[in-house]
Amino acid sequence: MIQSDLNAIYVVVARELIKFTRERGRLISTLARPLIWLFLVGGGMSRVVSPTMGVPYIQFIFPGIIGMTILFSSIFSSISIIWDKEFGFMKEMLAAPVSRFSIVVGKALSGTAVSTIQALIIVLLFPILGLRLNLAQIVLVLCVSIMLSFCLSSLGILIASFYESFESFSVIMNFIVMPMFFLSGAMYPVQLLPHVLGVISRLNPLTYGIDALKHMIFAPSALITHDFPLGLDITVITASSIAFVVIAGNVFERRK
Amino acid sequence: MPIITVKDLTKRFGNTTAVDGISFEVEKGTVFGFLGPNGAGKTTTINILCTLLSPSSGTALIDGDDCVKKSAEVRKKIGIVFQDNTLDKELTAYENLLFHSYLYSVPKSERRERIYDALHFVGLYERKGDPVKKFSGGMKRRLEVARSIIHQPRVLFLDEPTLGLDPQSRTNLWEFISKLPEQQGVTIFMTTHYMEEAEICRKIAIIDKGKIIAQGSPEELKKMVGGDVIYLKTRDDASAINDLKTLFHLDAEELNGELFITVSGGGDACIPKLIGALGDRVVSVRLQRPTLNDVFLKLTGKDIRPETISGNSEIKDTMRTYRRKFDK
Ligand SMILES: Nc1ncnc2c1ncn2[C@@H]1O[C@H](COP(=O)(O)OP(=O)(O)OP(=O)(O)O)[C@@H](O)[C@H]1O
Ligand SMILES: [Mg+2]
Repeated sequence: MIQSDLNAIYVVVARELIKFTRERGRLISTLARPLIWLFLVGGGMSRVVSPTMGVPYIQFIFPGIIGMTILFSSIFSSISIIWDKEFGFMKEMLAAPVSRFSIVVGKALSGTAVSTIQALIIVLLFPILGLRLNLAQIVLVLCVSIMLSFCLSSLGILIASFYESFESFSVIMNFIVMPMFFLSGAMYPVQLLPHVLGVISRLNPLTYGIDALKHMIFAPSALITHDFPLGLDITVITASSIAFVVIAGNVFERRK
Repeated sequence: MPIITVKDLTKRFGNTTAVDGISFEVEKGTVFGFLGPNGAGKTTTINILCTLLSPSSGTALIDGDDCVKKSAEVRKKIGIVFQDNTLDKELTAYENLLFHSYLYSVPKSERRERIYDALHFVGLYERKGDPVKKFSGGMKRRLEVARSIIHQPRVLFLDEPTLGLDPQSRTNLWEFISKLPEQQGVTIFMTTHYMEEAEICRKIAIIDKGKIIAQGSPEELKKMVGGDVIYLKTRDDASAINDLKTLFHLDAEELNGELFITVSGGGDACIPKLIGALGDRVVSVRLQRPTLNDVFLKLTGKDIRPETISGNSEIKDTMRTYRRKFDK
């Protein structure tokens, strides 16, 4: 990769991080959602649902909540591209002598950084839930979080590349993000889903990310069953990341 | 050799032909004006030249490089102030310029100096640490001009740089812009709605409905209107009108106590002759050259910016009279 592309990646990432640190409200509001789900939904359901696969429900959904944090913050970060299109800064970047591919990669990396930070904050709540994780597990959870963040940020860019105005925001949230969350094994095991939905959930990269997180968080001896082998999870996440970045890069490269 | 060469350029969006077979050339180091009403195709043309859109047909070269085939080369050579603001308002003025200098690979050792120079140039150095959202419209526009010259482009595109600014900020901004060709040797391609701003152009192309309907220097274009207008105050209008008719074949008309005479060719040379013939019947003489607005009116039958004259009824009246005169 040539210097000008590295510069472009730097610009996109630095800009996102500067904005992230300046807007404290954004961190609080994006962390509020997983916290509410974890403690209000997870905590409440723990009283009605008997331990799922040998662990209390609040522990069962913990990987799913980490996945949720990553899903929402990655998609939010990526679809700010639509914002940039509408408010012009995207034009400044597209007119610059840098490849569109580098803009896409920069955006994916900045989404990764922002969501990994938020995922880490949620991960560190584990003692409150009565879970015990050693340092190695935390590092592995972090690695999976980074990979999943990159994958979902790239997906977000791909989605954003098809929209020109921010009015599409609620469409994306209601018809893409929320279904992705519910069909990911975050709240209940994928096997429990009816056939058609089960197939859809197998096409959802988040399913594999959450499955990988389950591998890292629960000891192999735990009763909890993983839906897929870890190798498959990692392969699917990696392959779909590459596909998303390449397709998004091509969509961006297309001139009208 | 011209620095911009456009040949038979066409751009269609579905059924609309936004740019319809235009051709023009821009000489190095000059200011070229692209004038036209809303929807004429000005921004579309700029977007093609800036490699953001590809043309449906025709070619555009910038400094010898084709805007489609060598877009990467073209991008390095151009600076752009888009019609709509493209600053990041959450970032400071300095950060906006810094990111720009990264995107254009300005050498590290020169970054800070060039940014400071550009900020000084547009008078925003003191505000460099302020977030852009705290800037006024005029300051934002000045900052965009500063940003567009940091990478020392050969050609600068300014799409309505003064749109929405008050008269003072406009004058201010043009002060900065008009210094550029001399100081930095850049060629400027600009569009504007304000006709008086186009006076600084070496050459102007008037575009309407995607077609260039006239090209030339401001002087050449004004000549198309049919000449200068001489206002004459005399002690005896009737005999003056008569003499003008018989001696010079000029039709004079009385208008608000003055005689209004349209002369083809230069009006300056005409004045001594008139005074010589009319002698001491002349009380005062006033020469008025046609404005670019008149040119526009004559060619398109439209006022380029109706709103500019709507506020001032006096000017509006004069314009109306003018229009009637020229239509004859
Ligand atoms: N992306 C697009 N898709 C469809 N039509 C377009 C697009 N961009 C421009 N047009 C059409 O092309 C024509 C020329 O538009 P353009 O923006 O170039 O005009 P303009 O001369 O810059 O006008 P203004 O003075 O209002 O900025 C208009 O009819 C416009 O509706
Ligand atoms: Mg325009």
